[in-house]
Amino acid sequence: MDIKVHVRESDDDAYVVELGGEIDVYTSPKVKDAITELIDQGHYNLVIDLEKVRYIDSTGLGVLIGGLKRVREHGGTVNLVCTNPQIKKIFDITGLVKIFGIFDDEAAAKKALA
Amino acid sequence: MNAPELSNEHLGTVELRIPSKPEWVAVARLAVAAIANRLPFSVEEIEDLKLAIAEACTICIQQGSGIQTIDITCDAATTHLRVEVRDDRYRNLGVTSGAKRPTMSVAEGEGLGIFLIQALMDNLEYNVDPQYGTELVMTKRVGA
Repeated sequence: MDIKVHVRESDDDAYVVELGGEIDVYTSPKVKDAITELIDQGHYNLVIDLEKVRYIDSTGLGVLIGGLKRVREHGGTVNLVCTNPQIKKIFDITGLVKIFGIFDDEAAAKKALA
Repeated sequence: MNAPELSNEHLGTVELRIPSKPEWVAVARLAVAAIANRLPFSVEEIEDLKLAIAEACTICIQQGSGIQTIDITCDAATTHLRVEVRDDRYRNLGVTSGAKRPTMSVAEGEGLGIFLIQALMDNLEYNVDPQYGTELVMTKRVGA
């Protein structure tokens, strides 16, 4: 089981968190650490790229929700990049499509932060 | 030509016991996917099963302070897969499997897991009880 987390600064004052692999009860703490570190550093506009994520469970969703709640306290937001139908289905079922901005590509997700 | 109607023939039972640790949940998930692959489930249905079983194991881990193992029992039939997930407090206390007790609400934070299982499976019964442990019994029908 694997999770890859890559954080990079975008050219427009946003940070992009690229995730790859499986986000579950075992791997989600690593994702949480990456998001928490960014927020602690004062970065409140985040794009989380789920394009290479094959699987996400409720603990992974919980990490994303927790991150969104924290950045919103500072006027920021979290937008997601996701086109995987199975992953999008989970966001649909849980109603999180109404909470997160979910976009087909990074450019659209960054544009919506502005 | 109409497809022949499946008879509800019992195909077999598979039992798996995993350590109650996050790193083992993926093993349960993949094992159940392999079992489901023996039945005529679609790829999407198998993905649903994988997530539901992982959620059930996660609930056992998160609710079960001090538990050591989780038992996963899969009853495969031509028309459905029934999966029982329970922590070792059931076994240690000698609680009858599937004993009827009032369904307990789960602790805050675990509700999303239960919600997902209910959405992905065709039937779910669960008990999350501080004394007796955690048990979830769920069924997914083929092509439902």
